[in-house]
Amino acid sequence: MAVKTLTINDRLISARESQTILDAAKDAGIPIPTLCHLEGVSDVGACRLCLVEIAGSNKLQPACVTKVAEGMEIQTNSDRLQKYRRTIIELLFAEGNHICSVCVSNGNCELQNLAVEMGMDHVSLAYQFPQRKVDLSHDRFGIDHNRCVLCTRCVRVCDEIEGAHTWDMAGRGHNSHVITDLNQPWGNSNSCTSCGKCMMACPTGAIFAQGSTVGEMIKERSKLEFITTARKNREWLF
Amino acid sequence: MNKLKLATVWLGGCSGCHMSFLDLDEWLFDLATQVDLVYSPFADIKEYPEGVDVVLVEGAVANEDNLELIKKVRDRSSILVSFGDCAVTGNVTAMRNPLGDTESVLQRCYMEAADIQNQIPHEPGIVPTLLETVQPVHAMVPVDVYLPGCPPDANRIRAALEPLLAGATLNLTGEQIRFG
Repeated sequence: MAVKTLTINDRLISARESQTILDAAKDAGIPIPTLCHLEGVSDVGACRLCLVEIAGSNKLQPACVTKVAEGMEIQTNSDRLQKYRRTIIELLFAEGNHICSVCVSNGNCELQNLAVEMGMDHVSLAYQFPQRKVDLSHDRFGIDHNRCVLCTRCVRVCDEIEGAHTWDMAGRGHNSHVITDLNQPWGNSNSCTSCGKCMMACPTGAIFAQGSTVGEMIKERSKLEFITTARKNREWLF
Repeated sequence: MNKLKLATVWLGGCSGCHMSFLDLDEWLFDLATQVDLVYSPFADIKEYPEGVDVVLVEGAVANEDNLELIKKVRDRSSILVSFGDCAVTGNVTAMRNPLGDTESVLQRCYMEAADIQNQIPHEPGIVPTLLETVQPVHAMVPVDVYLPGCPPDANRIRAALEPLLAGATLNLTGEQIRFG
């Protein structure tokens, strides 16, 4: 397999040609913030947090879906990128109804962690206070759309790992939301296997276990990692 | 040397941030030697004074009394600290906003959700009129320092206050700015 050499933050690194910038940076120990990326499922470049600068192009590229190339000169943490990333997090907070203090995932939330990482001590944009629903029709799980950041991790993990494709997207613009089956209550879904992978994959408190209260919802990722690692390493092919 | 004039203000919030302020425990004695507390729910002072150096504002701006007070506070204070998640984000106080206009909010709270004596409070001059939406403090007046947390714990309050006492304006960073 061909090897490409490139620089990330002025550091010379080599990467396999099939790798994305995000993978190559990770191998080199260079952190790039992500939100919609989930190890083991496909990338969609939805959240734009992993945008990087590539010399010779004015256009910022999402590291998770951009392949490495020979001689690439990449910057991952310029002042401009830091400013954009903070704005992205502020946009997410302003767009939904994210009330950390009463959220099941308070203290265990990727969005909350990113806000800390980006130095967001307040949201300078106008809060939208949208009217969104909560679906508690499923026996074991619930979804609070107020806390959803539309990362589509639930959609991808359900489709690609569980193979059920219960979740999908509906609506456009600020009406976008995730749905189960053909926009039916989750509890009525015929395709849902109740495996809980969507809950494990969800970065916020949007998908949660029924009965959990403030700060109690800790997303257990080890089961997902176990499955995705086994698939990646082809451990189950005899 | 004149002591620094400190005020604390309570808008639309649960007073938990003020309770957390009291959690400063024995450091309150140190603080008391360095400041004059010129306005606060902790003190019986009716009118917000002129020339306040530092003010901690708890709570979101939810009604006309809050709005009138915060404008006065901004006019009469040098450094305004947005104190706690309600002031910084709207937080629980702003959870009524998705319900719609004030009429819908009052209907929901005092008619639909009430068990007995369902009635909408109406006492002009006593019960302040709700604003159409609850807003964080910085949506209404300029804010100098943000002190998030629900409530911000005593260490965080101290970390925000100490530089101000020394005459510096310092924004909190890292774990000190975590919401919730």
